[in-house]
Amino acid sequence: MQRSTVTIAGCDLEVHEGGSGAPVLYLHPGGGFRPDPFLAEVSKTRRVIAPSHPGFGRSALPDWIDSVDDVAHIYLELMDHYGIQKTDVIGCSVGGWITMEMATKAPERFGKIALMAPVGVKTGPADKLDIPDIFVMSPADVPKIMFHDPSKFPFDPSKMSDEDLSIHVRNRESLALYVWEPYMHNPKLPHRLHRIKSPALFVRGASDGLVSEAYMQSYAKLLPNAKTMTIPEAGHALQAEQPQAFAKAVLDFIG
Amino acid sequence: MQAWHFSETAYPYLPPADSYPSIRVSLPNKNYDPRKGAALYDRYLAEWQIADEEGMEIMLNEHHQTATCVDPAAPLMLAALARLTTRARLLILGNPIANRRQPIRVAEEMALIDVLSKGRLEAGFVRGVPYEISPANSNPVRMNERFWEALELIVKAWTNHDGPFSHEGRFFHHRNINVWPRQWQDPHPPVWVSTTSTGGAYDVGRHGFIQATFLTGWDSTKKIYESYRKGWRDAGRGNDVPNNRLAYAALVYVGETEKEAHEGAEKLLWYVTANKVAPQFANPPGYVPVAANVAIMRGAEHPLSAFAKGASVEAAIRGGFMFAGTPEQVYQQIKRHYNYVGGYGHILNMGQAGFLEHDDTVKGIRNFARHVYPRLKEEFPHSKLSGQFGDVPGEAPENFILRSQSSKVFEGGLVSQLGAAGAR
Repeated sequence: MQRSTVTIAGCDLEVHEGGSGAPVLYLHPGGGFRPDPFLAEVSKTRRVIAPSHPGFGRSALPDWIDSVDDVAHIYLELMDHYGIQKTDVIGCSVGGWITMEMATKAPERFGKIALMAPVGVKTGPADKLDIPDIFVMSPADVPKIMFHDPSKFPFDPSKMSDEDLSIHVRNRESLALYVWEPYMHNPKLPHRLHRIKSPALFVRGASDGLVSEAYMQSYAKLLPNAKTMTIPEAGHALQAEQPQAFAKAVLDFIG
Repeated sequence: MQAWHFSETAYPYLPPADSYPSIRVSLPNKNYDPRKGAALYDRYLAEWQIADEEGMEIMLNEHHQTATCVDPAAPLMLAALARLTTRARLLILGNPIANRRQPIRVAEEMALIDVLSKGRLEAGFVRGVPYEISPANSNPVRMNERFWEALELIVKAWTNHDGPFSHEGRFFHHRNINVWPRQWQDPHPPVWVSTTSTGGAYDVGRHGFIQATFLTGWDSTKKIYESYRKGWRDAGRGNDVPNNRLAYAALVYVGETEKEAHEGAEKLLWYVTANKVAPQFANPPGYVPVAANVAIMRGAEHPLSAFAKGASVEAAIRGGFMFAGTPEQVYQQIKRHYNYVGGYGHILNMGQAGFLEHDDTVKGIRNFARHVYPRLKEEFPHSKLSGQFGDVPGEAPENFILRSQSSKVFEGGLVSQLGAAGAR
């Protein structure tokens, strides 16, 4: 994919683009943008536009930006920048939350909405986190919720360049900035989601330790036109662990 | 030189360390017996009173959801001390204002204590240690920015005497700021900030506040102080930096004999060795800069963590974060450290920890106050400037090292930096 820089509201955004055809906006998960194989599948038939969220990758993080809501506004303006009136969208995890914030603001600008293990709402009781607190999880436990088979995804800083390691650290920092409080959700969002009449697909990995089946189901029920799907042998990082199955699910849905 | 007796008011009666993953954040309070806790408060307060009688100043601090420091509302303890003591300066170091939602409430608490103590308050402020991010539900990102906005607002609130003003800042909003009582000291109590980083020290120097650093040994302390002095000068405060702008906190134990000193000092090491913290609590995202995190992921280790893996009294003295021995030994150790780092006007004596019992704590306080402190006051008065270096090596003088009296070596396990990190 090609990388370029686009300035929106004073914020320099790194944007990855590839393929041709009708546009698809891809909003990456909390780990940051990666040129995952599933994106290559999608870009065979569609034009993929994939920004790095402010503070992620090589995108800037101006002082005034500190919320998912801010990012949603930035990306609506990014669509203006590209002259895209209406688009399909794929939003993963926190990218799914950004998608939902965008679509509640401008529902008419979205065609089909594919969400991979999205966060952003709270539907459970006050005395239990809907999404386990990844920031106080033992480092040894994090891969177990991210992957069905963590052994296939070893994390070895010694094999990473300083730039990649800096991006990894900065992504985590920016994620914390956005999702810290209220943790992983916007209390207002459930009261706005009914505006999204577009078809929506919620997909999660069966071994996802962050987004539970019950959470996904209760989330999907807040949209008038959503269906759900679970893919086996995948954790939270479904797009990385089951790229073929995920690409198929998405492409079958968005066409 | 002013010397301050400091205890973290720990609750040491815990199950074996290998039975819990972290002494902070997650250790259940079923391990705390309020009756034993009440007795501990009694004796810790008594020790501060003795420090007061012995001519030392008093320091306390605040931590949350931890057995290492059961003082989660330090202004309350300070209010008690304001009434129980008559002479000593009362230093709180400090208020974790990046984790407090209302800076004005902090300004009010401090003003009340200043009046209650008739002007004996020394108001310290800290960013807050990494393990208290979760207990405070505080966003670890942009903490420094929050810290400085809060501190500048507190000082402004103290120094405004003409009725309400408002503050609509980046992090804090107050539509009506009009603090009662007006604090006793004019223009306001001395402001202290603790930080163990050079970047933080530079900012503290620019503001001209008193800078405290904890257990940073020889070279780190020197760099931190140099950075403070640079900030001071860059802000146009003049070339001369009084030594009373700088403070150093160390584990301090003075015995009449080497044997007695060693026994006390060994118990003080609890500060370092008991601080077992699960890694996910010790370094939340954004707490340290990206480059520092990259270095950590490449294997860098905090010097105190490395030390704690094989802690001993002798190694702690050599490392410059403990001053222990007979009065002569301790005096010589401090003198060497003072001259190496360029001079400071305050020594914060971590003079009680863990299982250092009341009688031994009092002995340590008295031995220091009677046999070391007078010499320090005479040799390093506040009229001296900081930034004047003696031609001395960065280690305690060999003649005055307290040699190991036992073969005991502590295994620290998963130990991270002490709970003293301040502004970045």
